[in-house]
Amino acid sequence: MNPTLVAVRAGLARGWIEFRQTVTTPGELISFVMMTGGFLTAIVLNRQARVPGTEFSLGTTMLVSVLSLDVGLYGVQFMADRLVADREDGTLLRAKAIPNGMVGYLVGKAVNISAQIVSAVAVTLLAGAFLVTGLRTDEPGSWLTLAWVLVLGLLATVPLGAVLGSLFPNTRATALILLTLGALTAISGIFYPVSNLPTVLRWTGQVFPLYWLGLGMRSALLPHAMAAAEVGGSWRHLATFGVLSAWSIAGLALAPVMLRRMARRESGSSVAARREKAMLRL
Amino acid sequence: MDCVLDVCDLRMRYGKVDVLTGVSFTARRGEVLVLLGPNGAGKTTTIEVLEGFRLRSAGRVSVLGSDPAHGGEAWRARIGVVLQSWRDHGRWQVRELLAHLGRYYAPYSTPGLTRPWDVDDLLETVGLTEQAGKRARHLSGGQRRRLDVAIGIVGRPELLFLDEPTAGFDPEARGEFHDLVHRLSDLEEVTILLTTHDLDEAERLADRILILAGGTIIADGSADELSRAASTRSEVRWSRDGQRFVHAAEDATAFVRDLFRQYGESVQDLEVRRASLEETYMAMVREAEAGAARRPLGVVT
Repeated sequence: MNPTLVAVRAGLARGWIEFRQTVTTPGELISFVMMTGGFLTAIVLNRQARVPGTEFSLGTTMLVSVLSLDVGLYGVQFMADRLVADREDGTLLRAKAIPNGMVGYLVGKAVNISAQIVSAVAVTLLAGAFLVTGLRTDEPGSWLTLAWVLVLGLLATVPLGAVLGSLFPNTRATALILLTLGALTAISGIFYPVSNLPTVLRWTGQVFPLYWLGLGMRSALLPHAMAAAEVGGSWRHLATFGVLSAWSIAGLALAPVMLRRMARRESGSSVAARREKAMLRL
Repeated sequence: MDCVLDVCDLRMRYGKVDVLTGVSFTARRGEVLVLLGPNGAGKTTTIEVLEGFRLRSAGRVSVLGSDPAHGGEAWRARIGVVLQSWRDHGRWQVRELLAHLGRYYAPYSTPGLTRPWDVDDLLETVGLTEQAGKRARHLSGGQRRRLDVAIGIVGRPELLFLDEPTAGFDPEARGEFHDLVHRLSDLEEVTILLTTHDLDEAERLADRILILAGGTIIADGSADELSRAASTRSEVRWSRDGQRFVHAAEDATAFVRDLFRQYGESVQDLEVRRASLEETYMAMVREAEAGAARRPLGVVT
Protein backbone atom coordinates (compact mmCIF):
# COMPACT_ATOMS: atom_id res chain seq x y z
CA MET A 1 0.00 0.00 0.00
CA ASN A 2 1.03 3.59 -0.55
CA PRO A 3 3.25 4.61 2.40
CA THR A 4 1.71 8.09 2.72
CA LEU A 5 -1.76 6.58 2.86
CA VAL A 6 -0.56 4.16 5.53
CA ALA A 7 0.76 7.13 7.52
CA VAL A 8 -2.52 9.04 7.14
CA ARG A 9 -4.45 6.05 8.42
CA ALA A 10 -1.98 5.60 11.26
CA GLY A 11 -2.48 9.31 11.97
CA LEU A 12 -6.27 8.90 12.18
CA ALA A 13 -5.78 6.08 14.68
CA ARG A 14 -3.23 8.19 16.50
CA GLY A 15 -5.65 11.09 16.82
CA TRP A 16 -8.29 8.82 18.27
CA ILE A 17 -5.84 7.25 20.76
CA GLU A 18 -4.67 10.70 21.84
CA PHE A 19 -8.26 11.93 22.18
CA ARG A 20 -9.08 8.93 24.36
CA GLN A 21 -6.01 9.66 26.47
CA THR A 22 -7.10 13.29 26.85
CA VAL A 23 -10.59 12.44 28.07
CA THR A 24 -9.28 9.82 30.49
CA THR A 25 -6.63 12.07 32.04
CA PRO A 26 -8.05 13.53 35.27
CA GLY A 27 -6.11 16.81 34.97
CA GLU A 28 -7.49 17.54 31.49
CA LEU A 29 -11.01 16.65 32.54
CA ILE A 30 -10.86 18.88 35.61
CA SER A 31 -9.67 21.89 33.61
CA PHE A 32 -12.41 21.27 31.03
CA VAL A 33 -15.10 20.98 33.70
CA MET A 34 -13.85 24.11 35.47
CA MET A 35 -13.72 26.14 32.27
CA THR A 36 -17.12 25.01 31.04
CA GLY A 37 -18.54 25.37 34.56
CA GLY A 38 -17.29 28.95 34.64
CA PHE A 39 -18.97 29.75 31.32
CA LEU A 40 -22.23 28.12 32.39
CA THR A 41 -22.21 30.05 35.68
CA ALA A 42 -21.82 33.33 33.80
CA ILE A 43 -24.67 32.26 31.50
CA VAL A 44 -26.99 31.39 34.39
CA LEU A 45 -26.24 34.70 36.13
CA ASN A 46 -27.23 36.56 32.97
CA ARG A 47 -30.41 34.63 32.25
CA GLN A 48 -32.65 37.47 33.35
CA ALA A 49 -30.55 40.21 31.72
CA ARG A 50 -31.65 41.44 28.29
CA VAL A 51 -29.69 42.01 25.10
CA PRO A 52 -29.69 45.84 24.69
CA GLY A 53 -32.60 47.02 22.57
CA THR A 54 -34.42 43.67 22.74
CA GLU A 55 -36.41 41.57 25.15
CA PHE A 56 -34.15 38.55 24.52
CA SER A 57 -32.13 36.82 27.28
CA LEU A 58 -28.47 37.83 27.37
CA GLY A 59 -27.65 34.45 28.95
CA THR A 60 -28.94 32.56 25.91
CA THR A 61 -26.90 34.78 23.58
CA MET A 62 -23.82 34.16 25.72
CA LEU A 63 -24.25 30.39 25.59
CA VAL A 64 -24.22 30.44 21.81
CA SER A 65 -21.27 32.79 21.63
CA VAL A 66 -19.29 30.73 24.12
CA LEU A 67 -19.38 27.85 21.63
CA SER A 68 -17.18 29.95 19.37
CA LEU A 69 -14.82 30.55 22.27
CA ASP A 70 -14.49 26.76 22.63
CA VAL A 71 -13.42 26.59 18.99
CA GLY A 72 -10.96 29.47 19.34
CA LEU A 73 -9.49 28.20 22.58
CA TYR A 74 -8.97 24.60 21.50
CA GLY A 75 -8.13 25.35 17.89
CA VAL A 76 -5.55 28.05 18.52
CA GLN A 77 -4.39 27.88 22.13
CA PHE A 78 -4.45 24.10 22.69
CA MET A 79 -3.07 23.32 19.25
CA ALA A 80 -0.16 25.72 19.74
CA ASP A 81 0.42 24.43 23.27
CA ARG A 82 0.49 20.78 22.25
CA LEU A 83 2.86 21.51 19.38
CA VAL A 84 5.29 23.37 21.64
CA ALA A 85 5.06 20.68 24.33
CA ASP A 86 5.65 17.92 21.78
CA ARG A 87 8.68 19.75 20.52
CA GLU A 88 10.03 20.11 24.05
CA ASP A 89 9.60 16.48 25.07
CA GLY A 90 10.93 14.98 21.83
CA THR A 91 7.64 13.69 20.39
CA LEU A 92 8.21 15.68 17.23
CA LEU A 93 11.78 14.47 16.81
CA ARG A 94 10.48 10.93 17.25
CA ALA A 95 7.96 11.55 14.47
CA LYS A 96 10.80 12.79 12.32
CA ALA A 97 12.81 9.61 12.92
CA ILE A 98 10.02 7.45 11.49
CA PRO A 99 9.14 7.12 7.79
CA ASN A 100 6.26 9.54 7.07
CA GLY A 101 6.05 10.07 10.82
CA MET A 102 5.36 13.80 10.47
CA VAL A 103 2.33 13.10 8.27
CA GLY A 104 0.94 10.75 10.90
CA TYR A 105 1.78 13.18 13.67
CA LEU A 106 -0.03 16.13 12.07
CA VAL A 107 -3.08 14.13 11.00
CA GLY A 108 -3.25 12.75 14.53
CA LYS A 109 -2.98 16.19 16.08
CA ALA A 110 -5.67 17.65 13.83
CA VAL A 111 -8.02 14.74 14.56
CA ASN A 112 -7.38 14.96 18.30
CA ILE A 113 -7.96 18.73 18.48
CA SER A 114 -11.03 18.58 16.23
CA ALA A 115 -12.54 15.81 18.34
CA GLN A 116 -11.90 17.89 21.45
CA ILE A 117 -13.55 20.94 19.89
CA VAL A 118 -16.61 19.03 18.72
CA SER A 119 -17.06 17.34 22.10
CA ALA A 120 -16.54 20.61 23.99
CA VAL A 121 -19.15 22.34 21.79
CA ALA A 122 -21.56 19.41 22.19
CA VAL A 123 -21.19 19.25 25.98
CA THR A 124 -21.52 23.02 26.40
CA LEU A 125 -24.57 23.16 24.13
CA LEU A 126 -26.23 20.19 25.80
CA ALA A 127 -25.67 21.47 29.34
CA GLY A 128 -26.67 24.98 28.31
CA ALA A 129 -29.89 23.82 26.68
CA PHE A 130 -31.22 22.88 30.12
CA LEU A 131 -30.27 26.25 31.58
CA VAL A 132 -31.56 28.77 29.03
CA THR A 133 -34.62 29.23 26.86
CA GLY A 134 -35.14 30.62 23.37
CA LEU A 135 -32.66 28.45 21.42
CA ARG A 136 -33.79 27.77 17.88
CA THR A 137 -33.03 24.06 17.70
CA ASP A 138 -36.08 22.70 15.89
CA GLU A 139 -35.12 23.81 12.37
CA PRO A 140 -32.82 21.65 10.21
CA GLY A 141 -31.39 24.90 8.85
CA SER A 142 -30.02 25.71 12.31
CA TRP A 143 -27.95 22.57 12.41
CA LEU A 144 -26.79 23.02 8.85
CA THR A 145 -25.55 26.53 9.63
CA LEU A 146 -23.94 25.30 12.86
CA ALA A 147 -22.18 22.55 10.89
CA TRP A 148 -20.62 24.77 8.24
CA VAL A 149 -19.64 27.44 10.75
CA LEU A 150 -18.01 24.75 12.90
CA VAL A 151 -16.12 23.18 10.00
CA LEU A 152 -14.93 26.55 8.71
CA GLY A 153 -14.08 27.46 12.30
CA LEU A 154 -11.87 24.37 12.63
CA LEU A 155 -10.13 25.20 9.36
CA ALA A 156 -9.64 28.83 10.38
CA THR A 157 -8.23 28.08 13.84
CA VAL A 158 -6.34 24.75 13.90
CA PRO A 159 -3.79 25.67 11.17
CA LEU A 160 -3.43 29.09 12.82
CA GLY A 161 -2.68 27.35 16.10
CA ALA A 162 -0.08 25.21 14.33
CA VAL A 163 1.58 28.30 12.84
CA LEU A 164 1.72 30.01 16.25
CA GLY A 165 2.94 26.80 17.89
CA SER A 166 5.83 26.63 15.43
CA LEU A 167 6.83 30.18 16.35
CA PHE A 168 6.78 30.02 20.14
CA PRO A 169 9.91 28.73 21.90
CA ASN A 170 8.30 27.11 24.98
CA THR A 171 5.02 26.47 26.74
CA ARG A 172 5.40 29.51 28.97
CA ALA A 173 5.44 31.75 25.92
CA THR A 174 2.19 30.33 24.60
CA ALA A 175 0.44 32.04 27.52
CA LEU A 176 0.68 35.11 25.28
CA ILE A 177 -1.83 33.47 22.96
CA LEU A 178 -4.23 33.07 25.85
CA LEU A 179 -3.88 36.76 26.74
CA THR A 180 -4.53 37.77 23.14
CA LEU A 181 -7.51 35.47 23.00
CA GLY A 182 -8.85 37.06 26.19
CA ALA A 183 -8.51 40.53 24.71
CA LEU A 184 -10.20 39.41 21.48
CA THR A 185 -13.05 37.88 23.47
CA ALA A 186 -13.80 41.31 24.95
CA ILE A 187 -14.10 42.94 21.53
CA SER A 188 -15.72 40.05 19.65
CA GLY A 189 -19.14 40.20 21.24
CA ILE A 190 -18.81 36.89 23.07
CA PHE A 191 -20.15 38.01 26.43
CA TYR A 192 -21.71 41.27 25.34
CA PRO A 193 -22.79 42.69 21.98
CA VAL A 194 -20.21 44.90 20.29
CA SER A 195 -22.75 47.61 19.40
CA ASN A 196 -21.69 49.71 22.40
CA LEU A 197 -17.94 49.46 21.70
CA PRO A 198 -15.91 52.35 20.21
CA THR A 199 -15.73 52.06 16.43
CA VAL A 200 -12.00 51.26 16.35
CA LEU A 201 -12.38 48.30 18.70
CA ARG A 202 -15.47 47.09 16.88
CA TRP A 203 -13.61 46.99 13.60
CA THR A 204 -10.50 45.44 15.17
CA GLY A 205 -12.62 42.62 16.52
CA GLN A 206 -14.07 41.99 13.09
CA VAL A 207 -10.63 41.32 11.60
CA PHE A 208 -10.26 38.10 13.60
CA PRO A 209 -12.09 34.79 13.18
CA LEU A 210 -13.45 34.76 16.73
CA TYR A 211 -16.00 37.49 16.01
CA TRP A 212 -17.27 35.73 12.90
CA LEU A 213 -17.40 32.35 14.62
CA GLY A 214 -19.60 33.91 17.31
CA LEU A 215 -21.79 35.64 14.73
CA GLY A 216 -22.16 32.41 12.78
CA MET A 217 -23.11 30.44 15.88
CA ARG A 218 -25.68 33.07 16.87
CA SER A 219 -27.15 33.06 13.38
CA ALA A 220 -27.57 29.30 13.65
CA LEU A 221 -29.17 29.04 17.07
CA LEU A 222 -30.83 32.36 17.95
CA PRO A 223 -34.25 33.55 16.68
CA HIS A 224 -34.08 35.25 13.28
CA ALA A 225 -35.24 38.55 14.78
CA MET A 226 -32.03 38.74 16.86
CA ALA A 227 -30.11 39.71 13.73
CA ALA A 228 -31.32 43.22 14.50
CA ALA A 229 -28.88 43.40 17.46
CA GLU A 230 -25.86 42.68 15.22
CA VAL A 231 -23.67 45.08 13.26
CA GLY A 232 -25.68 46.21 10.22
CA GLY A 233 -28.76 44.44 11.58
CA SER A 234 -27.91 41.28 9.61
CA TRP A 235 -26.33 37.84 10.18
CA ARG A 236 -23.99 38.64 7.29
CA HIS A 237 -23.56 34.98 6.23
CA LEU A 238 -21.60 35.91 3.12
CA ALA A 239 -19.10 37.98 5.08
CA THR A 240 -18.84 35.24 7.73
CA PHE A 241 -18.07 32.70 5.04
CA GLY A 242 -15.59 35.07 3.38
CA VAL A 243 -13.62 36.03 6.47
CA LEU A 244 -13.45 32.50 7.91
CA SER A 245 -12.42 31.14 4.50
CA ALA A 246 -9.71 33.77 4.20
CA TRP A 247 -8.27 32.76 7.58
CA SER A 248 -8.53 29.08 6.59
CA ILE A 249 -6.70 29.60 3.32
CA ALA A 250 -4.00 31.71 4.97
CA GLY A 251 -3.56 29.14 7.75
CA LEU A 252 -3.53 26.13 5.43
CA ALA A 253 -1.02 27.83 3.13
CA LEU A 254 1.28 28.98 5.91
CA ALA A 255 1.10 26.00 8.28
CA PRO A 256 2.97 23.46 6.09
CA VAL A 257 5.76 25.98 5.45
CA MET A 258 6.13 26.85 9.12
CA LEU A 259 5.84 23.25 10.27
CA ARG A 260 8.45 22.10 7.77
CA ARG A 261 10.77 24.85 8.94
CA MET A 262 10.17 23.87 12.56
CA ALA A 263 10.74 20.17 11.86
CA ARG A 264 13.93 20.92 9.97
CA ARG A 265 15.31 22.81 12.96
CA GLU A 266 14.35 19.96 15.26
CA SER A 267 17.86 18.68 15.92
CA GLY A 268 19.54 21.97 16.58
CA SER A 269 21.41 22.74 19.76
CA SER A 270 18.04 23.18 21.47
CA VAL A 271 17.77 19.39 21.68
CA ALA A 272 20.89 19.22 23.82
CA ALA A 273 19.72 22.13 25.95
CA ARG A 274 16.40 20.41 26.55
CA ARG A 275 18.18 17.18 27.41
CA GLU A 276 20.22 19.01 30.04
CA LYS A 277 17.02 20.35 31.55
CA ALA A 278 15.50 16.89 31.53
CA MET A 279 18.57 15.40 33.18
CA LEU A 280 18.15 17.89 36.01
CA ARG A 281 14.60 16.68 36.42
CA LEU A 282 15.49 12.98 36.51
CA MET B 1 26.26 -3.50 -0.75
CA ASP B 2 28.83 -4.07 1.93
CA CYS B 3 29.77 -0.51 2.88
CA VAL B 4 26.98 0.84 5.06
CA LEU B 5 28.61 4.04 6.27
CA ASP B 6 31.11 6.09 4.33
CA VAL B 7 32.11 9.41 5.84
CA CYS B 8 34.80 11.49 4.21
CA ASP B 9 36.12 14.77 5.57
CA LEU B 10 32.89 15.69 7.35
CA ARG B 11 32.98 19.24 8.63
CA MET B 12 30.59 21.14 10.85
CA ARG B 13 30.75 24.78 11.77
CA TYR B 14 28.39 26.74 14.01
CA GLY B 15 28.90 30.43 13.38
CA LYS B 16 32.64 30.82 13.83
CA VAL B 17 33.17 27.67 15.86
CA ASP B 18 34.40 24.57 14.09
CA VAL B 19 32.95 21.54 15.85
CA LEU B 20 34.03 18.93 13.29
CA THR B 21 37.16 19.67 11.29
CA GLY B 22 37.33 16.60 9.07
CA VAL B 23 35.83 13.33 10.24
CA SER B 24 36.41 10.25 8.10
CA PHE B 25 35.47 6.63 8.70
CA THR B 26 33.58 3.72 7.19
CA ALA B 27 31.51 0.83 8.50
CA ARG B 28 30.80 -2.54 6.92
CA ARG B 29 27.58 -4.45 7.21
CA GLY B 30 27.07 -6.05 10.63
CA GLU B 31 29.88 -4.10 12.28
CA VAL B 32 29.51 -2.53 15.71
CA LEU B 33 31.24 0.84 15.91
CA VAL B 34 31.60 2.66 19.20
CA LEU B 35 32.19 6.38 19.06
CA LEU B 36 34.09 7.68 22.08
CA GLY B 37 35.10 11.20 22.92
CA PRO B 38 34.96 13.86 25.59
CA ASN B 39 31.80 15.93 26.08
CA GLY B 40 31.46 18.53 23.39
CA ALA B 41 33.75 16.67 21.00
CA GLY B 42 30.92 16.45 18.46
CA LYS B 43 29.69 12.86 18.90
CA THR B 44 26.03 13.82 18.87
CA THR B 45 26.62 16.24 16.00
CA THR B 46 28.26 13.47 13.97
CA ILE B 47 25.43 11.03 14.66
CA GLU B 48 22.79 13.64 13.85
CA VAL B 49 24.41 14.38 10.51
CA LEU B 50 24.38 10.67 9.67
CA GLU B 51 20.75 10.37 10.81
CA GLY B 52 19.82 13.19 8.44
CA PHE B 53 18.69 15.44 11.28
CA ARG B 54 21.36 18.04 10.76
CA LEU B 55 22.86 19.58 7.64
CA ARG B 56 26.63 19.34 7.46
CA SER B 57 28.84 22.27 6.52
CA ALA B 58 31.06 20.27 4.21
CA GLY B 59 32.28 16.78 3.38
CA ARG B 60 30.97 13.67 1.69
CA VAL B 61 28.64 11.37 3.60
CA SER B 62 26.98 8.18 2.40
CA VAL B 63 24.60 6.26 4.64
CA LEU B 64 23.15 3.04 3.17
CA GLY B 65 24.17 4.38 -0.21
CA SER B 66 22.35 7.72 0.11
CA ASP B 67 23.25 11.22 1.20
CA PRO B 68 21.38 11.63 4.51
CA ALA B 69 20.63 15.26 3.64
CA HIS B 70 18.31 13.96 0.87
CA GLY B 71 17.44 10.58 2.35
CA GLY B 72 13.72 10.33 1.73
CA GLU B 73 11.22 8.18 3.59
CA ALA B 74 12.21 4.80 2.09
CA TRP B 75 15.77 5.46 3.28
CA ARG B 76 14.44 6.56 6.67
CA ALA B 77 12.61 3.23 7.01
CA ARG B 78 15.91 1.32 6.88
CA ILE B 79 17.42 3.28 9.76
CA GLY B 80 16.79 2.97 13.48
CA VAL B 81 17.42 5.84 15.80
CA VAL B 82 17.65 5.77 19.58
CA LEU B 83 17.72 9.37 20.60
CA GLN B 84 18.97 10.71 23.88
CA SER B 85 15.35 11.74 24.29
CA TRP B 86 13.41 10.42 27.18
CA ARG B 87 9.87 11.42 28.01
CA ASP B 88 7.90 11.65 24.77
CA HIS B 89 4.59 9.76 24.44
CA GLY B 90 4.32 9.57 28.24
CA ARG B 91 0.60 8.83 28.14
CA TRP B 92 0.91 5.94 25.70
CA GLN B 93 0.92 2.35 26.80
CA VAL B 94 4.06 0.47 25.84
CA ARG B 95 2.39 -2.05 23.55
CA GLU B 96 0.08 0.55 22.01
CA LEU B 97 3.01 2.82 21.19
CA LEU B 98 5.15 0.08 19.63
CA ALA B 99 2.21 -1.20 17.57
CA HIS B 100 1.42 2.34 16.40
CA LEU B 101 4.97 3.30 15.45
CA GLY B 102 5.45 -0.06 13.72
CA ARG B 103 2.57 0.65 11.31
CA TYR B 104 4.57 3.26 9.42
CA TYR B 105 7.17 0.63 8.45
CA ALA B 106 4.79 -1.96 6.97
CA PRO B 107 4.91 -0.57 3.39
CA TYR B 108 8.70 -0.87 3.42
CA SER B 109 8.86 -4.65 3.84
CA THR B 110 11.09 -6.45 1.36
CA PRO B 111 10.95 -10.10 0.29
CA GLY B 112 13.73 -10.99 2.71
CA LEU B 113 12.71 -8.68 5.53
CA THR B 114 9.25 -8.31 7.06
CA ARG B 115 8.67 -4.95 8.67
CA PRO B 116 7.73 -4.09 11.39
CA TRP B 117 8.97 -6.33 14.17
CA ASP B 118 6.16 -8.39 15.76
CA VAL B 119 5.20 -6.48 18.91
CA ASP B 120 5.06 -9.46 21.29
CA ASP B 121 8.36 -10.70 19.98
CA LEU B 122 9.88 -7.25 20.35
CA LEU B 123 8.60 -6.82 23.92
CA GLU B 124 10.15 -10.16 24.77
CA THR B 125 13.42 -9.21 23.08
CA VAL B 126 13.88 -6.00 25.07
CA GLY B 127 12.41 -7.49 28.25
CA LEU B 128 9.28 -5.36 28.56
CA THR B 129 6.63 -8.08 28.31
CA GLU B 130 5.44 -7.47 31.84
CA GLN B 131 5.24 -3.71 31.26
CA ALA B 132 3.25 -4.01 27.99
CA GLY B 133 0.14 -2.40 29.50
CA LYS B 134 1.95 0.32 31.43
CA ARG B 135 1.98 3.95 30.39
CA ALA B 136 5.43 5.08 29.26
CA ARG B 137 5.69 7.73 31.95
CA HIS B 138 5.21 5.13 34.68
CA LEU B 139 8.26 3.10 33.60
CA SER B 140 11.49 3.15 35.58
CA GLY B 141 14.51 4.87 34.02
CA GLY B 142 16.00 1.61 32.72
CA GLN B 143 12.64 0.36 31.40
CA ARG B 144 12.05 3.67 29.64
CA ARG B 145 15.44 3.39 27.97
CA ARG B 146 14.60 -0.16 26.85
CA LEU B 147 11.40 1.21 25.35
CA ASP B 148 13.53 3.76 23.49
CA VAL B 149 15.66 0.94 22.13
CA ALA B 150 12.51 -1.03 21.18
CA ILE B 151 11.19 2.00 19.26
CA GLY B 152 14.56 2.27 17.54
CA ILE B 153 14.42 -1.30 16.24
CA VAL B 154 10.65 -1.73 15.68
CA GLY B 155 11.15 -1.14 11.94
CA ARG B 156 13.87 -3.83 11.71
CA PRO B 157 16.58 -1.35 10.72
CA GLU B 158 19.63 -2.29 8.70
CA LEU B 159 21.55 0.46 10.46
CA LEU B 160 21.01 1.48 14.06
CA PHE B 161 22.20 4.64 15.80
CA LEU B 162 22.32 4.59 19.57
CA ASP B 163 23.22 7.78 21.41
CA GLU B 164 24.30 6.83 24.96
CA PRO B 165 21.84 3.95 25.15
CA THR B 166 22.82 2.64 28.58
CA ALA B 167 22.85 5.89 30.55
CA GLY B 168 21.03 5.13 33.78
CA PHE B 169 21.16 1.32 33.45
CA ASP B 170 22.01 -0.89 36.41
CA PRO B 171 24.69 -3.56 35.78
CA GLU B 172 22.13 -6.28 35.05
CA ALA B 173 20.18 -4.17 32.56
CA ARG B 174 23.48 -3.19 30.99
CA GLY B 175 24.43 -6.85 30.55
CA GLU B 176 21.08 -7.62 28.94
CA PHE B 177 21.47 -4.66 26.64
CA HIS B 178 24.91 -5.89 25.57
CA ASP B 179 23.40 -9.29 24.74
CA LEU B 180 20.78 -7.52 22.64
CA VAL B 181 23.41 -5.58 20.71
CA HIS B 182 25.35 -8.78 20.03
CA ARG B 183 22.19 -10.52 18.88
CA LEU B 184 21.26 -7.68 16.53
CA SER B 185 24.69 -7.54 14.95
CA ASP B 186 25.36 -11.28 14.79
CA LEU B 187 21.94 -12.69 13.89
CA GLU B 188 20.26 -9.80 12.10
CA GLU B 189 23.41 -8.34 10.58
CA VAL B 190 22.44 -4.89 11.80
CA THR B 191 25.20 -2.32 11.54
CA ILE B 192 25.41 -0.37 14.78
CA LEU B 193 26.97 2.97 15.64
CA LEU B 194 26.76 3.86 19.30
CA THR B 195 28.19 6.48 21.61
CA THR B 196 28.99 5.88 25.24
CA HIS B 197 31.09 7.20 28.08
CA ASP B 198 31.58 3.72 29.48
CA LEU B 199 34.92 2.39 28.24
CA ASP B 200 34.22 -1.08 29.58
CA GLU B 201 31.10 -1.14 27.47
CA ALA B 202 33.03 0.09 24.44
CA GLU B 203 35.58 -2.68 24.83
CA ARG B 204 32.88 -5.31 25.24
CA LEU B 205 30.70 -4.26 22.29
CA ALA B 206 32.93 -2.71 19.69
CA ASP B 207 34.28 -4.39 16.63
CA ARG B 208 35.94 -1.04 16.15
CA ILE B 209 36.39 1.98 18.37
CA LEU B 210 36.51 5.51 17.00
CA ILE B 211 37.81 8.27 19.23
CA LEU B 212 36.58 11.73 18.36
CA ALA B 213 38.53 14.64 19.84
CA GLY B 214 39.43 18.09 18.67
CA GLY B 215 36.91 17.81 15.84
CA THR B 216 38.44 14.80 14.15
CA ILE B 217 38.84 11.04 14.52
CA ILE B 218 42.11 10.57 16.37
CA ALA B 219 41.93 6.79 16.53
CA ASP B 220 40.15 4.05 14.61
CA GLY B 221 40.65 0.37 15.38
CA SER B 222 39.89 -2.48 17.76
CA ALA B 223 40.57 -1.92 21.47
CA ASP B 224 43.66 -4.03 21.09
CA GLU B 225 44.95 -2.18 18.07
CA LEU B 226 44.40 1.15 19.78
CA SER B 227 46.38 0.31 22.88
CA ARG B 228 49.18 -1.03 20.70
CA ALA B 229 49.22 2.07 18.55
CA ALA B 230 48.81 4.61 21.29
CA SER B 231 51.00 3.54 24.14
CA THR B 232 54.39 2.21 23.39
CA ARG B 233 54.85 2.16 27.13
CA SER B 234 53.89 -0.88 29.13
CA GLU B 235 54.08 -1.34 32.83
CA VAL B 236 56.60 -3.95 34.04
CA ARG B 237 56.47 -5.14 37.65
CA TRP B 238 58.76 -7.63 39.31
CA SER B 239 60.35 -8.39 42.64
CA ARG B 240 63.94 -9.23 43.53
CA ASP B 241 65.26 -10.20 46.94
CA GLY B 242 61.84 -9.43 48.48
CA GLN B 243 61.82 -5.91 47.06
CA ARG B 244 59.13 -4.79 44.53
CA PHE B 245 59.95 -2.80 41.38
CA VAL B 246 57.80 -0.99 38.80
CA HIS B 247 59.04 0.34 35.51
CA ALA B 248 57.29 1.94 32.52
CA ALA B 249 59.07 0.55 29.48
CA GLU B 250 58.93 1.77 25.89
CA ASP B 251 59.84 -1.69 24.67
CA ALA B 252 58.73 -4.12 27.34
CA THR B 253 60.15 -7.18 25.62
CA ALA B 254 63.64 -5.75 25.32
CA PHE B 255 63.50 -4.46 28.87
CA VAL B 256 62.54 -7.86 30.26
CA ARG B 257 65.28 -9.56 28.21
CA ASP B 258 67.79 -7.18 29.76
CA LEU B 259 66.31 -7.74 33.17
CA PHE B 260 66.87 -11.48 32.96
CA ARG B 261 70.33 -11.10 31.47
CA GLN B 262 71.32 -8.92 34.40
CA TYR B 263 69.63 -10.69 37.32
CA GLY B 264 68.74 -14.11 36.00
CA GLU B 265 66.85 -16.31 38.39
CA SER B 266 66.52 -13.75 41.15
CA VAL B 267 63.73 -11.98 39.14
CA GLN B 268 60.34 -13.07 40.46
CA ASP B 269 56.62 -12.21 40.24
CA LEU B 270 57.06 -10.76 36.76
CA GLU B 271 54.03 -8.93 35.29
CA VAL B 272 53.89 -7.03 31.99
CA ARG B 273 50.75 -5.04 31.43
CA ARG B 274 49.82 -3.19 28.29
CA ALA B 275 47.82 0.04 28.87
CA SER B 276 44.06 -0.49 29.39
CA LEU B 277 41.58 1.09 27.00
CA GLU B 278 40.93 3.70 29.63
CA GLU B 279 44.58 4.68 29.83
CA THR B 280 44.88 4.60 26.07
CA TYR B 281 41.81 6.75 25.71
CA MET B 282 42.93 9.27 28.31
CA ALA B 283 46.38 9.54 26.80
CA MET B 284 45.04 10.01 23.26
CA VAL B 285 42.47 12.59 24.23
CA ARG B 286 44.94 14.51 26.37
CA GLU B 287 47.41 14.54 23.53
CA ALA B 288 44.77 15.63 21.00
CA GLU B 289 43.52 18.40 23.23
CA ALA B 290 47.03 19.64 23.95
CA GLY B 291 48.43 19.39 20.47
CA ALA B 292 47.21 20.76 17.19
CA ALA B 293 45.27 18.64 14.73
CA ARG B 294 47.15 15.47 13.89
CA ARG B 295 46.81 12.56 11.59
CA PRO B 296 44.69 9.64 12.75
CA LEU B 297 46.48 6.96 14.64
CA GLY B 298 45.69 3.33 14.39
CA VAL B 299 44.47 1.19 11.61
CA VAL B 300 42.16 2.75 9.09
CA THR B 301 40.23 0.05 7.29
